[in-house]
Amino acid sequence: MNVHASTTVAGALPLAASGTRPRRGRLMRHSLVLAKRSLISMLRTPEALIDVTLQPIIFLLMFTYIFGGAVAHGSRHDYLQFLLPGILAQAIATGGVAIGVNLNNDVTKGIFDRFRSLPIARSAPLIGAVLADVVRYAIVCTVTLAFGYVLGFRARTSVLDVLAACLLAISFALCLCWASVFVGMLVRTSGSVQGIMALVVLPLSFGSNTFVPTHTMPGWLQAFVKVNPLTHLVGAMRGLLLGGAVASDVLWTLMWMATLLVVFVPLALRAYRRRV
Amino acid sequence: MEYAIEAEGLVRRFGPTVALAGIDFTAHQGSVLGVLGPNGAGKTTAIRILATLLAPDAGSARIGGFDVVRQAAGVRRIVGLTGQYASVDEALTGRENLIMIGQLLDLSGRAARARAAELLDWFELTEAGDRPVRTYSGGMRRRLDLAASLVGRPAVVFLDEPTTGLDPSKREGMWGVVRALVADGATVLLTTQYLDEADSLADDIVVIDHGRVIAHDTPDGLKRVVGTQTLTVRPTDPAQIPGAAEILHAVAGSAPTRNGRGLLIVPVSGEAALQETVRRLAGAGIAVTELSLSLPSLDEVFFTLTGHGTDQTDLKEAA
Repeated sequence: MNVHASTTVAGALPLAASGTRPRRGRLMRHSLVLAKRSLISMLRTPEALIDVTLQPIIFLLMFTYIFGGAVAHGSRHDYLQFLLPGILAQAIATGGVAIGVNLNNDVTKGIFDRFRSLPIARSAPLIGAVLADVVRYAIVCTVTLAFGYVLGFRARTSVLDVLAACLLAISFALCLCWASVFVGMLVRTSGSVQGIMALVVLPLSFGSNTFVPTHTMPGWLQAFVKVNPLTHLVGAMRGLLLGGAVASDVLWTLMWMATLLVVFVPLALRAYRRRV
Repeated sequence: MEYAIEAEGLVRRFGPTVALAGIDFTAHQGSVLGVLGPNGAGKTTAIRILATLLAPDAGSARIGGFDVVRQAAGVRRIVGLTGQYASVDEALTGRENLIMIGQLLDLSGRAARARAAELLDWFELTEAGDRPVRTYSGGMRRRLDLAASLVGRPAVVFLDEPTTGLDPSKREGMWGVVRALVADGATVLLTTQYLDEADSLADDIVVIDHGRVIAHDTPDGLKRVVGTQTLTVRPTDPAQIPGAAEILHAVAGSAPTRNGRGLLIVPVSGEAALQETVRRLAGAGIAVTELSLSLPSLDEVFFTLTGHGTDQTDLKEAA
């Protein structure tokens, strides 16, 4: 180490007032700084983006070409039209899992110790992580719609409706992600966050109307599908992308979002305060 | 504000394990307090409480006059913490890490960049500054972590075993940093397992064992308590080993042990023995290639203070 360059560099004096920012809006500013950090981390770790890029593409390809011929009276195009809104909903629900994994990593690897020893609000790292996740969700929407377009999907509604669909999907993910934050703060390793959340998200995405119409299923399963939040999100997506009635599904979705927030935000915050 | 660091009766339990059983110590502003103890003695727990990362179960502590529980925000504005594990983002570059911390400390973008450049330069990381931290060596990470804790020019710096795992030349560098910080008026609390490190850096040493303070003294005072130091002599000519051994026996009062490679080792009390030995060896015309006086090991310190060794094996990693 360069021992000679000491005196002015080490300086145990308060920072010069000229170089500092006002105290107003600090929480938001700190959260944005931390969101930027999450985003840089994400972009430098491409495998961390697989769930929001490659996964919806693979699902679209797999289901369109494997099941597309058998379902929807053999019309692949019709099946893709039916499938894509569902894949979008499924992918965005899966995308909400990563936040718990990342936060768990941050806590176990020690960078949260650094954040906590700084004079910033305790919630800033959490808000930063959630803000960065909005970008991931926007990537899911873009990738799924763009690749669907390449395969032949066409929205039958206006641009505004499509934007509304994306907005609803992103908002839903922002509510569901608190479940992942909760699990992430509860368990010891990031691997178990992934495992536990897969147990939640898989039945939700397959026990829904994403891949096949509900009326083809046995009665007991229909009962589950009808209350499944993803079913309603998929319904709302179909309505907003393809036309048709949306009010009921949108309402159900909003209700589920509120429920997720009411249940998981307090749980997640409590677990976060205990862990961090 | 006379004391920069004050701890009173700190207690912390982890389930059935008592990590801290009521410790007290103080450090004057601008001084270095060395906290010495084996693994699991409670050093890290104490540092985490002082740095507001952990709440004590009982007792209180003040940093720069701020209470670590009730005025945690005040404490965080004036402390810097370097833990045993580098708390930096692996995917970010060294520079990005430092800039991020500057911005979290409310520096303007320009001031944060300037501070980052300054610290990278000080810690000789300028060249590596724009590479992701995951490409850094262990020593580079430790340096970056230390730099990260100094971004805000903290008045009180906590260093948790800053030199564990560093090679000797890097240790010297770290010691230089500590001295520079103190020269600028900062107060440093450092934990260590090495008595020589505490001896060369600390104004005061607190020895912790099983969550209790078993000694609080200056390095010299501690050495007096422990008494023995080890004098090692290697005569240049092996034929003169018996002569040298006789001199050592006379000075130290006990027969030196010989190892097979021509070294004579004897416990002595105090530095006067060194001068006396040098004088007598010169008088007898015995040339030496090695002559050193070394401090007792941590184990010996513990043995003297507690009557038992550091018994690291049966201690849980409570810290």
